[in-house]
Amino acid sequence: MQDPSAGHLATQATSSFIEHLQRSRPELLPFSQTLPAGQIPPVPHATTIVALSYPGGVLMAGDRRATMGNVIASRHIEKVFPADEYSVLGIAGTAGLAIDITRLFQVELEHYEKIEGTLLSLDGKANRLGAMIRGNLPMAMQGLAVIPLFAGFDQTAGVGRLFSYDVTGGRYEELEHHSVGSGSVFARGALKKLWRPNLTEDEAVAVAVEALYDAADDDSATGGPDPVRQLWPVVYTVNRAGARRVSERELAAIAGSIVESRTVAGREA
Amino acid sequence: MTQQFYVSPEQLMKDRADFARKGIARGRSVVVISCADGIALVAENPSPSLHKIGEIYDKIAFAAVGKYNEFESLRQAGVRYADVRGYSYDREDVTARGLASVYAQSLGAVFTAEQKPFEVELAVAEVGHTQADDHLYRLTFDGSIADENGFVVMGGLAEQVAETVARGWKADLDLAGALRLAVKALATDKEVDALPGTAVEAAVLDRSPESGRGSRRAFRRLRAEEITQLLAGEA
Repeated sequence: MQDPSAGHLATQATSSFIEHLQRSRPELLPFSQTLPAGQIPPVPHATTIVALSYPGGVLMAGDRRATMGNVIASRHIEKVFPADEYSVLGIAGTAGLAIDITRLFQVELEHYEKIEGTLLSLDGKANRLGAMIRGNLPMAMQGLAVIPLFAGFDQTAGVGRLFSYDVTGGRYEELEHHSVGSGSVFARGALKKLWRPNLTEDEAVAVAVEALYDAADDDSATGGPDPVRQLWPVVYTVNRAGARRVSERELAAIAGSIVESRTVAGREA
Repeated sequence: MTQQFYVSPEQLMKDRADFARKGIARGRSVVVISCADGIALVAENPSPSLHKIGEIYDKIAFAAVGKYNEFESLRQAGVRYADVRGYSYDREDVTARGLASVYAQSLGAVFTAEQKPFEVELAVAEVGHTQADDHLYRLTFDGSIADENGFVVMGGLAEQVAETVARGWKADLDLAGALRLAVKALATDKEVDALPGTAVEAAVLDRSPESGRGSRRAFRRLRAEEITQLLAGEA
């Protein structure tokens, strides 16, 4: 803790945890490090995330695979996280950095809430995440990019909203649905056919899982549902009541019915 | 040349302590009570936005009496300390004991080195899985730290208020019971039997927030309607 004498504190006053770290403990930040020249050895990469809106909320789903070149680095990795009570984020790219950025983002939001006594607005949260991704730009130029997808419930407008980012921290509001990561093109194709307005929450969950199934079908870096190990995608829904993780049981049933219907259809490609 | 008067260190410390005590005695009291449902923090505070009670971390809360600007800066420093520690180690490595000892050091340093001591008294509370795991620390303006059992009372008429709390405190009180006891105790020096729900600020550290609310954050501020409802629960 810094010296709490009055004058000193007033100049130090910030509601941002990241600003506080930059001043007092910059070595703890996952980004803003200068890397020495040289080749970065293979590191795990997180893959596909899909998000879509439905009346009354948004949801986000991620597969469970991380790859390192041609090797599966993890079958259990989780890439979708609650950011706070009313928002979630999913990450694609360098897994080590992405997970730390997520953790930092979670603390950033909670810190603001505790210092100020009120939640940050959804746009405020989305901008903060953009600034963090821009902070990671030097690392991205070394090949360690992190691309998040952010979704939350806007309590003033009463709707779920969706934001995508580029490596420079550019923030873009997406409508209807979006996906990031290596399997995103295939997932997006599936979403275009499966998504429709007026989906119920349960239907929306099924659509997200099916889009990930299609991504896993064509992208080797995306993992499909794994009935042997009982592994299902991680899915979070966010609505007026807050963020909720969809239970394993529900996901097992949804994944089961998708596999079944595809088996019945008996199509090759 | 100006003449420097000699003041003995004893006198200097006594003057500072008297000064701080006077400042604190002017303020209204705060009661922190450990009960079966968790830890209840109750303050007499008519303002709905300038809080005397705050969340520090998952299971840790803060309550203060005295000068608002001074304890507010200490609260913010506490939140920063806890968040940095939880981020660099792990969330479970943030403890009330660690926080209380940092507060004690800061208060002690200000008491001896600065122009004037902080006119504040703090309580740091950590809720455990069982009541035996609860921790309540009380910190005074000079950096003294005390590990309290069951409840902490601070502020203007702390002794009289504490007497009332001591008489009514049982380990198996529920939240509503603890709240009623606190509100009754806070009204000790007044003509009324108990304060109305709108004149108090109250929060609770839930003992099991994961099962109840699905959140690891135990701190929950009680709204005025909730307070009134809890107080009215049993006549």
